[in-house]
Amino acid sequence: MLFALPVLLVFVVFSWGPIVKGLVMSVQQTNLIDPVKWVGLENFRYVLSDPGVGQAALNTLWFTLLALLFGFPVPVLLAMFLSELRGKSWLYSTLAYLPVITPPVVAILLWRFFYDPSPSGMFNTILGTVGLGPYPWLDSPSSAMPSIVLEATWAGAGNAVIIYLAALTSVRADLYEAAELDGAGVVRRVWHVMLPHLRGVLLLMLLLQVIGTMQLFTEPLLFTGGGPQGSTMTILLLIYNYAFVNGDYGAATALSVLLALALAVLSAAFQLATRGWSTE
Amino acid sequence: MSGDRGALSDSDRRLTRVRVPFVVGQVVVLIGLLIAGLGPLLWLLKAAISPTQDSIRSPLAWFPSGQVQWGNLATAWQQGHIGYYLGNTAMIAAGTALASLIVCTTAGYVLSVLRPRWGAVLSAGILATLFVPHIVSLVPLYLTVLKVPVVHANLTNTFWAVWLPPAASAFNVLIVKRFFDGIPREYFEAARIDGAGSIRVFTSLVLPLSRPILGVVVLLSIISSWKDYLWPLLVLTNPDLQPVSVALPKIAKVTELNIQLAGLFLALLIPVLLFLVFQRAFLRGVGLSGGIKA
Repeated sequence: MLFALPVLLVFVVFSWGPIVKGLVMSVQQTNLIDPVKWVGLENFRYVLSDPGVGQAALNTLWFTLLALLFGFPVPVLLAMFLSELRGKSWLYSTLAYLPVITPPVVAILLWRFFYDPSPSGMFNTILGTVGLGPYPWLDSPSSAMPSIVLEATWAGAGNAVIIYLAALTSVRADLYEAAELDGAGVVRRVWHVMLPHLRGVLLLMLLLQVIGTMQLFTEPLLFTGGGPQGSTMTILLLIYNYAFVNGDYGAATALSVLLALALAVLSAAFQLATRGWSTE
Repeated sequence: MSGDRGALSDSDRRLTRVRVPFVVGQVVVLIGLLIAGLGPLLWLLKAAISPTQDSIRSPLAWFPSGQVQWGNLATAWQQGHIGYYLGNTAMIAAGTALASLIVCTTAGYVLSVLRPRWGAVLSAGILATLFVPHIVSLVPLYLTVLKVPVVHANLTNTFWAVWLPPAASAFNVLIVKRFFDGIPREYFEAARIDGAGSIRVFTSLVLPLSRPILGVVVLLSIISSWKDYLWPLLVLTNPDLQPVSVALPKIAKVTELNIQLAGLFLALLIPVLLFLVFQRAFLRGVGLSGGIKA
């Protein structure tokens, strides 16, 4: 019992407690000054009638979609390639992992400089050498979100590479040998042995990436503060504003609960749709 | 790291039509990774010791004005107080690692070795938190830290506010428990027969045997607390306690660019060095996390 004390205390106070409290707070009005009032679904009604929420939801989905398009295929291909290297693969994975080690704030402040919209800005200089640009990057509502996705992809890809690599090391060599004896060429061995082996991890990473990208916060806060013209305002940034700028904790938790519900429905639908594929 | 072979066999590797594209691919991938992975870091090093105008006017040139300003680093360290904020960050990371270690080793010991009847309930309760997105508890967690239930302590502007919440990590408990599961049961029985109590078994048998996994937990928790921004921003409003991640955006607003970039470089140096030294343990830990989540 003595040994269970730390885990019980920490989980009760900082994990289970806040989860329950979040659910309760979403049906209360609380600003830490006035007495707490039960308001039923009023917070949800308020949040859902805020036009900013719809916009933020669309922005968040747009980010998630772009992040999947840019960020999903590259790590898979890279890991498959690296898994075939002999000896030097540590060098490649170390290089791929360096951006992940970079603290997000450092990366964002650095990229904010890279994204300087003037013709002598870092990226505009590079593109200028091949006759492109200058682009406004973070300064235009249409390119701000893709610019954030680009940085976020750079920052996160290394993690996925390492996880895929770890999954690939567990492919049994005799499967490849058997395929080879049956006359399968390299391409068919990749298609029929390597990819099926990765399927479970791929599906999981897809889901985790969707869940992760829907909770985007630090990047829009530090890159653009949600602008220009609200084009990078995400759900989480809105929750932050509700709670810590407006002091409306009820609305903030109501929106959190809605987002969590959306994520739960999404995960359940995903599990249902992919049931049967994920077994090796 | 990898098994004895991959999709390519030794005989494939000798074929010209396989070998040539493979070698070309290696070179292309290596160059790409050097540019994407190492490039920004090297550029930051260069910019950290350049005059502001060099970085703004021609970011790609090699010291166009011929000036190398090593003093930027010292200025950022002293006037920008980067050294002080790094000290805070180190304190936060060390405390987080220690709190995580205490929680996950004792929990792993209960669940894997002692196995009381209510262990299954505890285990399920911990696992369940893996499926709840953090976002649900962000605001209530903040209010909890503002006024801890029962004891009514306000933890904001104390390091406890950043040390304790990350210790409630289901992931850490899980990987440590799995590692403990792999220790042969006979060891525990032998120790019991020799008269060792639970505490003795824990401190002189289980902990020493599990050094590798404890290293992984420590590294991962140091890095994640080093990277954290939102939480310390919320709970450490006193600038004297803030970590470098919270301080940097504020410094960026009021400091000249060359000092700012020097500050960024200093903030990046330690995690990168730590990573390069403990590279294998790191990558193993990340791979492990993929295996667990799967």
